Amino acid sequence: MPDVFAELVGQDDAVETLRRAARAAAALVAAADSGDGVGAPGDAAVGGAMTHAWIFTGPPGSGRSVAARAFAAALQCHRGTGCGECPGCHTTLAGTHADVRLVVPEGLSIGVADMRALVLRAASTPSGGRWQVVVIEDADRLTEGAGNALLKAIEEPPPRTVFLLCTPSTHPDDISVTIRSRCRVVALRQPSADAVASVLTSRDGVPADVAGWAAAAAQGHVGRAKRLAGDPEARKRRDAVLAVPRRLTGVGAAFDAASALIEAAEAEAEAAVAELDASERAALQTALGAGGTGRGAASAMRGAAGQIKDLERRQKSRATRAQRDALDRALVDLAGFYRDVLTLSMRAPVAPVHTDTAALASAAAEKWSPEATLRRLEAVLACRQAIQANVKPRIAVESMMLALWRG
Amino acid sequence: MADVASANPAPIVLVLGDEELLATRAVAEAVERGRAADPGADVREYEAGALTPGEVAEMLSPSLFGGRRVLVLRAGQDARKDLVTALLGYAKNPDPDVTLVVAHAGGAKGKAFADGLRAAGATVVPAGKLKGHRERVAFVRDEIRRGGGRCTDDTAEALIAAVGTDLRELAAACAQLLADTDGKIGADTVARYYRGRAEVSGFTVADAAMIGDVPGALEALRWALHVGVDPVPIADALADGVRTVARVAAAGRGSPFQLASSLGMPAWKIEKAQQRARGWTPEALVDAMHAAAECNAAVKGGADDRGYALERAVVAVAAARQGSARR
Repeated sequence: MPDVFAELVGQDDAVETLRRAARAAAALVAAADSGDGVGAPGDAAVGGAMTHAWIFTGPPGSGRSVAARAFAAALQCHRGTGCGECPGCHTTLAGTHADVRLVVPEGLSIGVADMRALVLRAASTPSGGRWQVVVIEDADRLTEGAGNALLKAIEEPPPRTVFLLCTPSTHPDDISVTIRSRCRVVALRQPSADAVASVLTSRDGVPADVAGWAAAAAQGHVGRAKRLAGDPEARKRRDAVLAVPRRLTGVGAAFDAASALIEAAEAEAEAAVAELDASERAALQTALGAGGTGRGAASAMRGAAGQIKDLERRQKSRATRAQRDALDRALVDLAGFYRDVLTLSMRAPVAPVHTDTAALASAAAEKWSPEATLRRLEAVLACRQAIQANVKPRIAVESMMLALWRG
Repeated sequence: MADVASANPAPIVLVLGDEELLATRAVAEAVERGRAADPGADVREYEAGALTPGEVAEMLSPSLFGGRRVLVLRAGQDARKDLVTALLGYAKNPDPDVTLVVAHAGGAKGKAFADGLRAAGATVVPAGKLKGHRERVAFVRDEIRRGGGRCTDDTAEALIAAVGTDLRELAAACAQLLADTDGKIGADTVARYYRGRAEVSGFTVADAAMIGDVPGALEALRWALHVGVDPVPIADALADGVRTVARVAAAGRGSPFQLASSLGMPAWKIEKAQQRARGWTPEALVDAMHAAAECNAAVKGGADDRGYALERAVVAVAAARQGSARR
């Protein structure tokens, strides 16, 4: 039987919890429809399996947003708990359901203005008679003000509104403790490489050997594994990153490697957003009346500069984020390599991350002391943190490359 | 009255440029010339953006009582289209008894107006922003010469270093120096009246730190923070200094011009870096770069006191160099 939760790889416990909640929610709706009871979540009658606010946590790629969307679909399902076939499930998964609001930040943060507008909309009664669902992907990008605006709504929710937040963890850096304390947490695990590989073969038709390699290299990130298996560009970028340790022969080489890494990230981000930027800009200009002829066409565009500038500001924020994300992926790959070297030199009985660079890793394990390898690994992780702390990426990466060279 | 007519000031003066001091001076000069031709001249000033063609027509038409008139239009770039048309029409056949002074910021806005006036034969007085150090030195020298004094290039440079590049401040400083002295102004005179440095960039700090000059670097840093340079560009300059030296040192010896293309830097920068690269070992450069990266995080919210973070970084960079000398 097809199922909205089928996309969640290796998360049996979480799926069980969500299914139970969806059943309880369906019971609530049925009770309210038949006229007995108010039908608000948290009623003793349904054993509290359903609640009004959820946080999905887990490492990147474990499927936080997939879980949130699947749960939203299960809540809107007409037939039960997420059949995957009825109009409710379909429209939710496609992002077009009238009672499901998706917040997918493309920029660096979610501002308070967006959140206030969302909270206002969330307070309305569901038009489909079931649930008003708000999904906030990357809730860790909420600014402090936006978090407080959201907190107000989560504290005193309308009876039929459900908030689904996705964050990497419940650490106070990611989500404020006041929001966290009002939500139920669903923790997703990092799916095992075997689980990811089997999904790749069964769902996407990837050959078994490629799937195994990609699943290991992606370190439990389902989406990345799929991209590595299917996209030759992504594979080429990864190869370039894994060639870095071999290329570090001196100070000059370290700076060259840093330049190459930054430029690759910039190019990747540019390619990702350039087309979208242009089409958005064209759409906005058309909406504002650019290119029109006849009376008043010129004066219609007079006040448009401010709006176009506003769009450009948002696009710039998105480009910065795309660049940081690209750089972060490269750094995770690099960290995986040094982890392999460390596990080899400590003779730890764990599977390597990068199966294709095993020879290079074992050569490095012979040459470097475990302390030096650990220092290198720490340098990569420190660089990730530094970039998150808004250090100029070039400076952070240069400092890291020099540390990698010296050991 | 024939002799007066020959001494008539230009009927249309276009003051073109956005350097306020120069524009104000040019306008004042044109008005003064009009007054010199006729002490009873009627001087009126308008903002071009708020003026209608009707008012202008009234101003420019012959007066019942005769006499000179001086019409000053400020912010000529804001003039509306109908006003521009009226004024350009007038400019083709100006009244010799009227002086029309138009101040225009230059640039793209209202360009047609400026071009039209110029084509109609207006006297153009440039009042653009001074570009480059040399023009400013020339400005200071002219300024002192106008006041009846004399000075050398060194003096002018010392004054610019002390006062900054704002023309009003420079002009005021020149006037003050002329009033306080007998007109012979040397570098020592400037040093007596002006202390400190008005413009210090992060690069001054980085340059001093990279040659291991801790007192010089700290002094430059304090000045930079004192005059309001943001800590972030200083931290960036520090990292840039280390990066430049490291890359040039790694490239080995060679002519700066040959290295320029492979390193992607201008030759003068390479030449400077080659001199600084003496006394640095690769190990020390790693430490210095690390300090610069840490400092970058610190000035962007990682540290409570950004000034202290910068000082620490400067000292750390210089210490790394000393360490490499000892090795």
